[in-house]
Amino acid sequence: MSKRFVVIWFRYLKTDWFERREPELSKQPFVLYANKQNRMIVTAANKMAVSKGIYPATVLADARAVLPSLQVKQDPPDFFEKKIKEFAIWFIRYSPLVAIESEDSIIIDASGCTHLWGSESAYLDDIVKRLKDIGYTINIAIADTIGTAWALTHFGSEYNIVESGQEITALAHLPPESLRIEFEASERLHKLGLHCIYDFIKMPASVLRRRFGNDFIRQLQYALGYLEEHIQPVEPLPEYHERLQCLEPIVTATGIEIALHQLLMVICGQLKKEDKGLRTAIFKSWRVDGKIEKIEVAVNRPSSDVEHLFGLFALKINTIEPSLGIELFTLDALKVEESNKEQEKLWKAGGELVDTGIAQLIDKLSNKIGEENIQRFLPDEHYWPERSIKKANALDDLPATKWNGNINRPVRILKIPEPIKVTAPIPDYPPMLFRYKEKIHKIVKADGPERIEQEWWLEEGRHRDYYYVEDEEGFRYWLFRSGHYDGGKQDRWFLHGYCA
Amino acid sequence: MVASKTDIIARLQKEILSLGGYKSSLGIVQESSGLSLLKHFPNAVFPTAAIHEFVSSSPEEMAACSGFISGLMSSFLARGIIVWISRGQTIFPQALQAFNIEPHKIIFIHPTKEKEIWWCIEEALRCSSITAVVTEMQDLNFTNSRRFQLAVEKTKVTGFILNAKPGNPNASACISRWKITSLPSHLEDGLPGVGHPRWKVELKKIRNGKPGTWEIEWTGEEFIEVREQELVIQIGKRKTG
Repeated sequence: MSKRFVVIWFRYLKTDWFERREPELSKQPFVLYANKQNRMIVTAANKMAVSKGIYPATVLADARAVLPSLQVKQDPPDFFEKKIKEFAIWFIRYSPLVAIESEDSIIIDASGCTHLWGSESAYLDDIVKRLKDIGYTINIAIADTIGTAWALTHFGSEYNIVESGQEITALAHLPPESLRIEFEASERLHKLGLHCIYDFIKMPASVLRRRFGNDFIRQLQYALGYLEEHIQPVEPLPEYHERLQCLEPIVTATGIEIALHQLLMVICGQLKKEDKGLRTAIFKSWRVDGKIEKIEVAVNRPSSDVEHLFGLFALKINTIEPSLGIELFTLDALKVEESNKEQEKLWKAGGELVDTGIAQLIDKLSNKIGEENIQRFLPDEHYWPERSIKKANALDDLPATKWNGNINRPVRILKIPEPIKVTAPIPDYPPMLFRYKEKIHKIVKADGPERIEQEWWLEEGRHRDYYYVEDEEGFRYWLFRSGHYDGGKQDRWFLHGYCA
Repeated sequence: MVASKTDIIARLQKEILSLGGYKSSLGIVQESSGLSLLKHFPNAVFPTAAIHEFVSSSPEEMAACSGFISGLMSSFLARGIIVWISRGQTIFPQALQAFNIEPHKIIFIHPTKEKEIWWCIEEALRCSSITAVVTEMQDLNFTNSRRFQLAVEKTKVTGFILNAKPGNPNASACISRWKITSLPSHLEDGLPGVGHPRWKVELKKIRNGKPGTWEIEWTGEEFIEVREQELVIQIGKRKTG
């Protein structure tokens, strides 16, 4: 199948933008200017100004001399680069492959897209109409090659459809500049009397190359389709990408659910065939007003289970604001990994961490409350209590070392040890009583001390002498003294946890 | 004739239990059979696939409850994955090793908002791949407890709710309500140091069973009932004396 490209040239992008905001500007000649090399140069002129002979690149003073009533505004720097990018993203609703050609032209790879609108003319009509509705004048062309479409938009008429294989006829009467060639080359062509493409298109390539350079030949071949030209899409196309165009804008949650379900079915079907599963996916809703609503999910293990993924997305569907309606849904599997079906069957047994049910539960929870709020701990080879456990990275991480089970540790630990006041009889003896939160606890039984040293290669600091104590009511605590005993100083005791 | 009548009554009782949402937990061997506590449960089996509520009002009681629940899970439930839901990480996983639980098989979940807690509990209870869900929360109300009860009836997950509300707890649809308080530990022959954790276990409410109060100790392997043991020792002494 031959490729089809649409090129859109915004003839008055900058001035149209200002006129949308200030409609009275459109009724009078109006230009934008920028400071270049200490001169004020016109950077954009509206239709009225152009008809009066004021073109971009004129010095502003000259333009004013021609037309004293000229309306003038400063060109906001970098602003329209952003605007054209926004437009390019907006055009993704017409095709997934859209590229920015220059500061006011956009290329759309429309291969295989136009039939969704019925025909190529309906496709172009829709684009023209929608841009006209919001006040932009464009030249548009569709052709087999980017070069031809570009030439026709910039040097042809407002609206062009070039049938497949008709490039030469379409280009015949256009000037050589329309081939996007260097100024020197086109100037030389004109000097030689070759004023339109027809004049030199039949000449042998070797002759042309010698006189006008390699670049010229390449552009000519691009335009005629002898060489394939590649575009740099504004949004790279993921390998697993599905889109669903809607006939009527969708505004209801049920509509969104149906669309999502359909897209998931297609993507998951494709993934299953290849024995793969997705790890992250993004679902985008393209609104009529140009905004894109996105929801994203991530799963712990590669999954191609439609119902599971749908359930994860369903949690977030209510965050989509359809506004006036959604006209296009896309689903991209951003991260895809190999999945092993055989293993999945074994895991169904249950009771172990590598279980599909648990993975799905964790997916659901982490998509709702955030991955960082779900934790699992593994033993770490440290005695220092804060360092004796470490967070597990993955669901199937198993302890590399054994849990140290035969030492007394409190069931509930305080994140930051709380200072307490104690009365201790002799150094290295457990305290007789301690006071915490205005309550005095008389210690009846105690175990300890268990001295735990700081690991100097990790952190400097005092050692801790831990005591496992029980008060007269039978409550059990885990206390420690930080550093050595030193007489009267009372403030170095801490409560670190409650024991069962 | 009389025997058949009692058979019929026993069968009917079982039927009533199953109609009330209580399923006898077959296939799980409950080893600590010496406990008179078990006799108070329906069918004399610790009720799994149900929601148990534990009330506590201080951090000390919370610790006692956490220990007791851990003991219950290792003694009466099948080995498996436990989900522990709380606002922050208060449990020291390493300590649960002492209750015969493998700490790495506990998934800790920390919802940040009150609403999310309810959602997380219900989702966890609906996942049949896990064994138990322990939740720390305040303010358990009837509607929520009913929802949880309905969820576990399908999945056979056992739920433990640590209700840290001071004062009287609300009415709930949980199968039981417990209160655990620490008791002084005991070491034989007055040896110095702290003994095994010992608690006063109050079973305040149990559906289809009898409430009661016991003194129970965790030996590191299993629960033992304290009063009986001491009684035996005393009798032994009397004989020699």
